[in-house]
Amino acid sequence: MEATSHASAPTPSEPRILEREPLVLNNRSYSWITNRICGIVENKQPFLWWILFVPSVILTGVTVFCFTYLISTGVGVWGQKQPVAWAWDITNFVFWIGIGHAGTLISAILFLTRQKWRTSVNRAAEAMTLFAVMCAGLFPGFHVGRVWMVWFLAPIPNANAIWQNFKSPLLWDVFAVSTYFTVSVIFWFIGLVPDLATLRDRCKPGLRKMLYGIFALGWRGGNRHWSHYETAYMLLAALSTPLVLSVHSVVSFDFATSVVPGWHTTIFPPYFVAGAIFGGFAMVLTLMIPARKIYGLQDLITAKHIDNMAKIILLTGTIVGYAYSMEFFMAYYSANKYELQTFQLRGLYGPSVWYYYCMFGFNVFAPQLFWSRWCRHNLWVVMFVCMCVNAGMWFERYVIIVTTLERHLTPGSWRTFSPTWVDIWTFVGTFGLFMMLFLLFLRFLPVIAIGEVKGVLPQSDPHYDPDREKGIQEEDLMDYPDRHVAKPGTAAATA
Amino acid sequence: MSTTLKRVHGYLAEFDNPQDLYHAAEHVRDQGYQRWDVHTPFPIHGMDVAMGNPRSKLPWLVFFGGATGFTVAFLMQFLTQVVIYPTVVQGKPTDIYTLPAFFPVMFELTILFSAFTTLFGLLALIGLPRLNHPLFASKRFPKFSDDGFFVCIEARDAKFTKEGTKSFLEGIGGKNIELVEDEI
Repeated sequence: MEATSHASAPTPSEPRILEREPLVLNNRSYSWITNRICGIVENKQPFLWWILFVPSVILTGVTVFCFTYLISTGVGVWGQKQPVAWAWDITNFVFWIGIGHAGTLISAILFLTRQKWRTSVNRAAEAMTLFAVMCAGLFPGFHVGRVWMVWFLAPIPNANAIWQNFKSPLLWDVFAVSTYFTVSVIFWFIGLVPDLATLRDRCKPGLRKMLYGIFALGWRGGNRHWSHYETAYMLLAALSTPLVLSVHSVVSFDFATSVVPGWHTTIFPPYFVAGAIFGGFAMVLTLMIPARKIYGLQDLITAKHIDNMAKIILLTGTIVGYAYSMEFFMAYYSANKYELQTFQLRGLYGPSVWYYYCMFGFNVFAPQLFWSRWCRHNLWVVMFVCMCVNAGMWFERYVIIVTTLERHLTPGSWRTFSPTWVDIWTFVGTFGLFMMLFLLFLRFLPVIAIGEVKGVLPQSDPHYDPDREKGIQEEDLMDYPDRHVAKPGTAAATA
Repeated sequence: MSTTLKRVHGYLAEFDNPQDLYHAAEHVRDQGYQRWDVHTPFPIHGMDVAMGNPRSKLPWLVFFGGATGFTVAFLMQFLTQVVIYPTVVQGKPTDIYTLPAFFPVMFELTILFSAFTTLFGLLALIGLPRLNHPLFASKRFPKFSDDGFFVCIEARDAKFTKEGTKSFLEGIGGKNIELVEDEI
């Protein structure tokens, strides 16, 4: 956490205190927060909401149409032919699953590391996780070809009493992704309960109140409940943290446990996880920067929040850049000529080399702008970088999956992939599905965790003293030694 | 005139802010009340100490939930892949030496079962969901989910008296003290 401004000029009598940037600006009250966030749900949506919603619904229809066409005709309507048996569908699957990871990172890992700024963005990010995983799940489901046989993935014996092959990473993936989705739903729902109670208590009697009431489970905010609730929240955060790291690791096992040059590498799990968090944060910012503007949430999602997320993008983007470089280096250093040739074809003179340049430029070079504070605070620059990353992460998956398969071990079977219109529109349509679900979420559920934001206000501290400046007290110093404040009379204060 | 029979649920007192509520909770705890609670829009740091609440037992439940998931995953994979229908795929072993290939699913199901235990354990421990509660009869109580800070001392408490508890709540700074009644 950075401390940027000095609360007061240093004088001999008064210790120099480095003040933290507040998480909620303009000293907003509890009821202001409630009104502002619940107002989004209770008032009429702005016209822009409809402008976005209608095309989203149409695009969702396009995806539905494309999948219907695929089922009624056959999986050959997609462009994949041997040797490129995994193409856009698996690329899109990994892309969407990766987007989800930022939500869980914000809700779980930043919770465990006590990053209080997460409270303003975790709800929307978790919702984004769920919607992204829904979009992701479509692709492998239809990729199997006969979607009505998809129950073969479940651990029940098929008609010949043959069980699933639990030694296969593809089945691990089924368990990883379905567990991830289920746990994310539970985490999201438990977080929503107190806020649903807020919405319930504000509604007039009627259908809305009844529905919010049912989903709020009769929440009464009693501390005997909060006590168990906070334990449950902590446990779910602790469970989700290894889970989110495992999901993309398992996705990477789909590739890494094969013997295909370009896939068979041990760097894949950490590289995939870093890339997922990277791409996910870009999507969080892509959604939240317009949402905060449209709904007037600048006091809750402040420049500091965007700054922090931009820094995470810079960090993970640089990790991803390191992974790209290290892959190339290992291809050279391993002296494995197949591996080396794969990478030469991928990055230097293969048929899809421009995909590699897009990937590298968007993912590694674009985020380097975030070294500059001015760039992190200019929303147009932030949006530009996020768009680059959104695109770049798709190119990364395409490079890994398709460019590898295009130039497989047997040159006689080499074939360059080109997508069909069904490939393209199925993918474009999932953006409509994703946006539609997110807009409905904005419409019906609180986009910011109301209770959690109230909890991080300075006046929520039971030892807050409005008379003492900014509520910094001796109890605080004992409770939170990480706060950048100097206790009067200590060496740090007089230094 | 209403003919509905009513039963006293308890006294509800409102406080201005978390600081006042925190000190009030310390007083109620020291007075020896057992059946009472504070109702707040967000969890207040340290309130469990002020109320004298014990630590939640939920982690124990979740531990056993997770252990169940781990066992189920192991048995499911070991029995189907080694005992019932061993199939040689990709030249991988079909005996106990194939165990490492089972770890990912064992991990995932441990998490899955733990998460479900967390959800249902939480609901069991806090006695939710329920459709109604006497407190919702109070006009002021819905403020708890906005900016209200309440103490409720229930009539079931052995130390509860209609006059004594009211004056006690007044003495510790409670405002808008209300006798909450439950229709029976």
